[in-house]
Amino acid sequence: MPAVAIECEGLRVIFSQRGAKQTILDGLDLDVPLGQITTLLGPSGCGKSTLLRVIAGLTEPTSGTVRIEGQSVRASQHKLAFVFQESALLPWRSVWQNVRLPWELRQGLSGQELESRIQNVLELVGFKGTDWHKKPHQLSGGMKMRASIARALITQPDILLLDEPFAALDDMLRSKLNDLLLRIVEQTKTTMLFVTHNISEAIYLSHSIAVFRQGTIGEQIAVDLPFPRNPQVRSSPEFAAYYGRLSESLIRNSTV
Amino acid sequence: MNSKSPLWIRIAAPIGVLVAVAIAWHLAVDWFKLPPILLPKPARVLQAIWTERVRLVQGSWVTLQAAMLGLGASALIGSLVAILFSQSAWIRTALYPYVIFLQTVPIVAIAPLLIVWSGAEFRTVVLVSCIISIFPIISNVTSGLLSIDSNHLDLFRLQGASRWQTLLKLRIPSAMRALVQGLRISCGLAVIGAIVGELFVGNSGTSDGLGSLMNAMQANLRTAELIGAILACTLLGILLFLGVELLNRWALRRWTIDTGFESAA
Repeated sequence: MPAVAIECEGLRVIFSQRGAKQTILDGLDLDVPLGQITTLLGPSGCGKSTLLRVIAGLTEPTSGTVRIEGQSVRASQHKLAFVFQESALLPWRSVWQNVRLPWELRQGLSGQELESRIQNVLELVGFKGTDWHKKPHQLSGGMKMRASIARALITQPDILLLDEPFAALDDMLRSKLNDLLLRIVEQTKTTMLFVTHNISEAIYLSHSIAVFRQGTIGEQIAVDLPFPRNPQVRSSPEFAAYYGRLSESLIRNSTV
Repeated sequence: MNSKSPLWIRIAAPIGVLVAVAIAWHLAVDWFKLPPILLPKPARVLQAIWTERVRLVQGSWVTLQAAMLGLGASALIGSLVAILFSQSAWIRTALYPYVIFLQTVPIVAIAPLLIVWSGAEFRTVVLVSCIISIFPIISNVTSGLLSIDSNHLDLFRLQGASRWQTLLKLRIPSAMRALVQGLRISCGLAVIGAIVGELFVGNSGTSDGLGSLMNAMQANLRTAELIGAILACTLLGILLFLGVELLNRWALRRWTIDTGFESAA
């Protein structure tokens, strides 16, 4: 049993809008193991993103607790990084300046040390030197997402939360960036919690997949495919078996 | 308008209209036997512009200075007010009605009062220009400072950014475009404000702006010169607008919003 990075217990999130109450999370329990990729799988609007926001401390839960490496969310917020659905780069800053931003805000790292770390992390995500000083609007969707991942990695987070980061990208780019994430986990041992509604992405990336059911986790499935994963695994019969099992689980657990 | 028509047509057609109007004007003055005090012929207007060229250019320069100072002051003060507004909903609720008041009070009505307070001076002209042009800045910049991409706000919250950091590194850069858009609306108002101010200030002495000149020309029934001065006012407005437009181009490049590539990629 691997150590636990994130522990959610009895999480309940109820939004009330003009008197009407809407239950988004309904007593959710989840353990996210350390140093692995765990995927939250479910249809759009099922509360996956809300769960991610609660873990990040961006949304207060109505009740229940989240512990991150044994501590409260507030005490461990600096260990987290978030990758947003759209790349969320500041359009007036170059890629380099965008990646530097987290350290400008939290301080503690500067000068030559910071500059060389920016360079390392940009190289890690596959940025050519010629693109370092481009503005976001000069980049393709895939490159923007790489920059966004670099910005998340610059603080060397223990935990990376990713909210459907590749949803807007085509399949080719998506699988390239999936490989990038796998490489990063292998090199940095960062714990990742990845939200998606794409079944094959979930299988390809994950050590384990948590399938949503009406505001809770319906079932958690360990993906027993060998690491390092490579694109050939997508056409293996095991992969197809997981695909069948997960789509059945999604259908079974969906309300509609 | 058909934008596909060739360039020479797009230039020649409006000029053709201008020439046609000038000919019709000339013939109408002859036909109705209008006295030059009421409506001088186009040629007389051109002649008047030529003989008054020095005073018109000097006057335009004075008015342009007043309008630019007024616009600059409203950009600065308006932005500071907007920053104050962006910091607290309470301040906004308490003060916004008075900003609306500033927008709705007829400037022509308070100009005499301003002259009583501040004198028949150049600075009063600048003041009128500033007051009349400040509202679009305040409202545009305030909304620019407040309508921030929610992901960007979350990003700053996650890094534990202070209110000051969020203002400096997120809200103000995000609002730059709104400021330039406010300036585009305000520059025309600043010219109007300067001319209205000068009309009230009147002939004060050494250097007269277009408004003061027009006052004198009207008093002496020099209609041709008056029309010339009106044309100069128009030109001035266009000049200032072009200046702001250049600023806008630069701002778009510098602070550009994340658009375009999503559809291209």
